[in-house]
Amino acid sequence: MKKYTYIPHTEEDIKEMLATIGAKSIDDLFVDVPKTISPESLKIPESKDELTVRSIVESLAKKNRFLNEMRVFMGAGIYYRYIPAVVYHMASKPNFVTAYTPYQAEVSQGTLQALFEYQTMISELTGMEVTNASMYDGASALAEAMLMTVRVSKKKKVLMAANIHPEYVRTTKTYVTPQDIEVVMVDYDKETGQIDLEDLKKKLDDTVGGVAVQYPNFFGIVEDLKAIKEVLPEKTMFVVAADPIALALLEPPGKFGADIVVGEGQALGNFPSLGGPGFGFFSTSMKHVRMMPGRLIGQTRDVDGKTGYVMILQTREQHIRRSKATSNICSNHAHNAVMAAIYMSTMGKEGVVEVARRSANTAHYLAKALQEKGFKLTFKGPFLFEFVFDAGEDYEKKWKDMVEKGILGPLPMERFFEDMKGKALAATTEMIKKEDIDALLEAIA
Amino acid sequence: MTIFERSKKGRRAYSFPEYDVPEVDLKIPEHLMRSEKAELPEVYEVDVVRHYTELEAKNYSVDRGFYPLGSCTMKYNPKLNEDMSALFRWLHPYQPEETIQGALKLMYELKEMLMEITGTDDMTLVPSAGAHGELTGMLIIRAYHLDRKDYKRSKVIVPDSAHGTNPASAAMAGFKVVELKSSDEGLVDLKELEKELDETTAAIMLTNPNTLGYFERDILKIAEMAHEAGALLYYDGANLNAIMGRARPGDMGFDVVHLNLHKTFSTPHGMGGPGSGPIGVKEELREFLPVPVVRKDGDRYYLDYDLPKSIGMVRSFYGNFGVLVKAYTYILTMGRDGLKMASDMAVLNANYLKKLLSEFYPIAYDKDGKRACMHEFVADGTKLLKETGVKTLDVAKALLDRGFHAPTVYFPLIVHEALMIEPTETESKETLEAFANALKEIVEEAKKNPQSLKEAPKNTPVRRLDEATASRKPIVKWSRK
Repeated sequence: MKKYTYIPHTEEDIKEMLATIGAKSIDDLFVDVPKTISPESLKIPESKDELTVRSIVESLAKKNRFLNEMRVFMGAGIYYRYIPAVVYHMASKPNFVTAYTPYQAEVSQGTLQALFEYQTMISELTGMEVTNASMYDGASALAEAMLMTVRVSKKKKVLMAANIHPEYVRTTKTYVTPQDIEVVMVDYDKETGQIDLEDLKKKLDDTVGGVAVQYPNFFGIVEDLKAIKEVLPEKTMFVVAADPIALALLEPPGKFGADIVVGEGQALGNFPSLGGPGFGFFSTSMKHVRMMPGRLIGQTRDVDGKTGYVMILQTREQHIRRSKATSNICSNHAHNAVMAAIYMSTMGKEGVVEVARRSANTAHYLAKALQEKGFKLTFKGPFLFEFVFDAGEDYEKKWKDMVEKGILGPLPMERFFEDMKGKALAATTEMIKKEDIDALLEAIA
Repeated sequence: MTIFERSKKGRRAYSFPEYDVPEVDLKIPEHLMRSEKAELPEVYEVDVVRHYTELEAKNYSVDRGFYPLGSCTMKYNPKLNEDMSALFRWLHPYQPEETIQGALKLMYELKEMLMEITGTDDMTLVPSAGAHGELTGMLIIRAYHLDRKDYKRSKVIVPDSAHGTNPASAAMAGFKVVELKSSDEGLVDLKELEKELDETTAAIMLTNPNTLGYFERDILKIAEMAHEAGALLYYDGANLNAIMGRARPGDMGFDVVHLNLHKTFSTPHGMGGPGSGPIGVKEELREFLPVPVVRKDGDRYYLDYDLPKSIGMVRSFYGNFGVLVKAYTYILTMGRDGLKMASDMAVLNANYLKKLLSEFYPIAYDKDGKRACMHEFVADGTKLLKETGVKTLDVAKALLDRGFHAPTVYFPLIVHEALMIEPTETESKETLEAFANALKEIVEEAKKNPQSLKEAPKNTPVRRLDEATASRKPIVKWSRK
């Protein structure tokens, strides 16, 4: 009998177990299952030893160019930031990695407390009262936020700024359309890159339940949340998709009266990993907490009066409310959220500001240097660590060639916006040094 | 203690190189800049290590011991998977495709192998979890009917034994949900099904084996009835671990098949995620898949966004790639022979444990204890409650005291005092026997001294928690008081 390292059964075991059960063979246990295939016909390779598997996967890994071998000027929702060693070492601990949802709270206090602290930290960044224990990613978090505006307002139309990450908009449309919710796009101001307030006013009426903007938006421009909030009627839900590192420097949306703040959390100590898994964060006010999707952790006491943590308000969730639940979400991205909590603990109050400040200053220096080389910035609005510039008609080819020189250049925007041919979205993080900028300037000239 | 209470102004756990870029004015309007810094902790590196080491020690996990949560497939998470996934950490989703050929090839090959295992014709790897896959699958079904101008199909049939995500996902996709009462055997009642099936039925969602651990033996008939009525059949893959190498959902007549890579394919559950929930479909549904789909053209792998009838995107980027690498590594390791062995031993383990328990604990829908189950089964504590006043919840807590994680409790809803037990193939005969002994001891204790069980657990980091107050007066973040 072939041996497998993850399966303990010896021939003797199998014999004894079958005898106890009273079955003659393993096949006896499968009497109800129709025989639709013969196992031998499955076109999957035979089992392999660990060394062979390792070498196959390693050879696939070699067929990629990795960010840590390049000078990276690309962001657009996923950021190449430094992750201190302590973050992934702590996050990789087996009782974090191989535990499941904290259904038995007494033996899940590590998970529950780590997530409770995560909720606290994200609430600090977003300036909101309550944050759930994570969503899948920024895009689905925004989609769920728009569904929540409809639940709260009972109005089936939402507005979204056209300068929100295009994949977030597409995801939202996928989520809301089947429930007969209409999505209306609000133009952006071609000069500033910010949402066009006149167009917003024009499209706002009694039938609109929620309005979403991104902060900073997809072009890297910082939206004026104060000016936007002033335009919104009292009852219209204000949704902000935000970058968590930007929130270390920018006034949090909660301060401007946002009702829901969501975003992609990857930048908080999670690996880019080809775009997943990162995690989505989701914050709102206590007034609306019962309309919120996803798991939520609360503090309580045990029978001896000792402080402990449990999942709360579960009657919102699918396993109890079934088809009437606030969302179908069950598994979330808890491990990624805990990794973010470890990152926020490590960077702390000063560290996240330092990361944001360096990233922003570097971007502004790069923008200045590009302008001195004759490149024009596309928008005049204030930006933080990403901006769009006119890179020239032939930029896409140049972008691919730059990889050969070890540069992952600013993202060609034509991928998302047909009318932005030759425009590129540059991003900088704390990983960029002056010599990297010099190299980019030389390659792009 | 919380990390916030460890904090002390002036401590630091990070260090950065000298900043060599000249200072530039950011020119961001004053009112958009933070007036006060976010109150994150200020600790040094040893605090971070001690804090999270302390928290981690309070968790039970698969690495620590037996974790028989039904329908969760808490099998061992191989270490090699983690190492292989780490090789691919530093990839940006928008890199030129030429620079991520290895990653795309891995996704393509994983997809091909999963299609082979499930008997489907195309697949998306994008959904982030089981429920996300369900939503994706239901949206595909919706798009299929609409594309055929079959506008009446507004309802989805779900058995009353289904996971809560099934009705919730169907509702999110805009369908009305009809619950189907199970038969006396705990299976789909064909007569009931016939009554519900009509020209407004969009789909039937089934878990097979179902959540009671029994295989829907009429599955071929059910598929025939569904298709005859113009409805599609949806496979909830939570329980695929029972049948790999034995039967394929696609061959049984399922049109849409979801998988949980974090269950069947050994990727870790990570305290509740990230998972991955690929969706496989039959030929006639492939044009509705969400974008992008990984495809191959000669030697080149690429992401296909050109699906005019696609349901759109269900999240950003390409899914939980880091999880996909782990599942790929697992399938390579196990191979077709090992996957079948995994299912065979998962089913053997469940039947063995069921037999051991049936001596002293009634099994749901199995009067004489002789019915073969698949990879899981449900023990019923109704009799125990009646005789001793000890609830399933008390039994669960008493198991924690004895060093085991409890099974899934109070699910499926059709068994009132349910203990839903899934041992998986990675547990040994000795472990199963130790668990059975612990449960037996608890049952005996229930008869002698029920009060002691109501006070369980006693050996855990905290004891029973006041959940009612926690929900009535929610404290959802730490504050200095």
